[in-house]
Amino acid sequence: MANILAFAESRNGELRKVALEAVTAARKLADATGGEVHALLVGPPGVAAKAEQLGRYGADVVLVAESDAFARYNPEATSALAAERLEAGGYRAALFATSAEGRDLAPRVAGKTRAGIVTDVTSVELSGDTLTVKHPMNIGKLIATITIAGTPAIVSLRPNTFSPVENPKPARVENVAPAGDPSASRVVVKEVVTGDRGKLDLAEAPVIIAGGRGLKAAENFKLVEDLADAFGNAAVGATRAVTDDGWRPHADQIGQTGRLVSPQLYVAVGISGAVQHLAGMKTSKTIVAINKDKDAPIFKIADYGIVGDVFEVVPALTEAVREARKGH
Amino acid sequence: MENASVKIAVCIKRVPDMDVRFRIAPDGTSVDETGVKFDLNDFDAWAVEAALQLKEKAGSGEVVVVSLGPNAVQETIRKALSMGADRGIHLQASTIPFDSFSIASALASELRDGGYDLVMFGKLAPDSSNGATGAIVAEILGLPCVTAISKLDIADGRGTAKREIEGGREIVEFPLPAVLTVDEGLNTARYPSLKGIMAAKKKPLESKPAQLPEAKVKIEKIEMPPDRAAGRIVGEGAAAVPELVRLLHDEARIL
Repeated sequence: MANILAFAESRNGELRKVALEAVTAARKLADATGGEVHALLVGPPGVAAKAEQLGRYGADVVLVAESDAFARYNPEATSALAAERLEAGGYRAALFATSAEGRDLAPRVAGKTRAGIVTDVTSVELSGDTLTVKHPMNIGKLIATITIAGTPAIVSLRPNTFSPVENPKPARVENVAPAGDPSASRVVVKEVVTGDRGKLDLAEAPVIIAGGRGLKAAENFKLVEDLADAFGNAAVGATRAVTDDGWRPHADQIGQTGRLVSPQLYVAVGISGAVQHLAGMKTSKTIVAINKDKDAPIFKIADYGIVGDVFEVVPALTEAVREARKGH
Repeated sequence: MENASVKIAVCIKRVPDMDVRFRIAPDGTSVDETGVKFDLNDFDAWAVEAALQLKEKAGSGEVVVVSLGPNAVQETIRKALSMGADRGIHLQASTIPFDSFSIASALASELRDGGYDLVMFGKLAPDSSNGATGAIVAEILGLPCVTAISKLDIADGRGTAKREIEGGREIVEFPLPAVLTVDEGLNTARYPSLKGIMAAKKKPLESKPAQLPEAKVKIEKIEMPPDRAAGRIVGEGAAAVPELVRLLHDEARIL
């Protein structure tokens, strides 16, 4: 029997989708050996209200730590608490998300617990005492199968790869005290600046519309934004060439040095398909490419391609998507 | 820290050029390095640049580059020295292990008594793609840590950094000494000048065995990912849009 700890990432007191993905993946691991899933929920007072939602996705126990010092991400206190729970609870593994927060948090916990860690995994399995993960390497050109020895194993999951599945449990809520004084952290997030409210993030959006140099100028990203608006559930991304030129913020860059995304639909607008860009998006479920150069490498990996002028094709597609969605 | 001396360590990694088709070695657990070109990891180059800029701003100090791996990593250390770092430390290991905790332990043993104001890393190496070493080193050394920074200000023994998060950014404050890992956007790395390359040949480079603990993480197998099924060109120009929308609805079941 092996219990699994799932870190339930939240922001502003709301669960993030990756929290449900972690609980879902943890449920599958725990079921392999008849163990329990314990979700760790850390946030400002009131965050405990989200425990029920974690139970719906398979958490047996929700460990809740509430404090004003957890209103923003508090890396030192959160990692200390996670490490303390892991050591006290004898968990086989702890699952995090490979999100901005999870990328920061999971290695800290591995350092504190002297544990083996693999991040950005696309599968995780427990068979007997062997924990095996798959981890893309060399910008996704290779897939490594890796075993993690020792307890706990620290694993972070690639977002949008483990779909949340409802598996309701009557989750018991246990309040846990932060390890030490969470307001005494040396590293303090002083301010969180968010972009346009309500806009979907690249990591969580089911549809991504990405633009490249083929758009010719920063203001022409309006075409990409309009297409994203037509889908309604889309985020906007960009190539490195575009972010280097300052047309879009670096945070929007998809590729080897930027964001890794796997949406249901990826629409590449005026993107030629440099290998560094493909590294960030080629695991998308369906890829559409619109480019005037019929020999552009993006067409080799696109499920559907349209050869043509983006200034002509994209507005027509935007209109057609609006029409198609009206019927829903 | 204006006009005060700074001492900064930058941990760097020799990584393969990613713009090739990799071949898997006969052991099935590593990459065949025949014909593969190697260079300093981009993220690490930005960390070196940040360290050099901080030293230049302070007016004096020392930038020490540390790299773990086979003798070939000395070439990577020389590159950082030719950018302007003052000296190098090579921690000898027959290969660069995948296990982040092992590498971090070996680096921490070297860095522990170095008296560094900052220890800097790139946020990720594209080959191992694990992005964990910097923060683990910070934990082992008990130092404050900020990861994936894309803006940095240091003044009076404290730092302020910006890190990108989904849909926004965080402004993070921390005291020195600290460990930082560097994201893209912090700076543009300088190219080594001819003078720098000549000077680097004479800079001290100490080589000693890495203190690597036993790995907890083991690569059992490396495979090529399945190729995407060949796609198709739906058509040309706006006239192809109705057919694309039909395919997205009927075949891909998205619309």
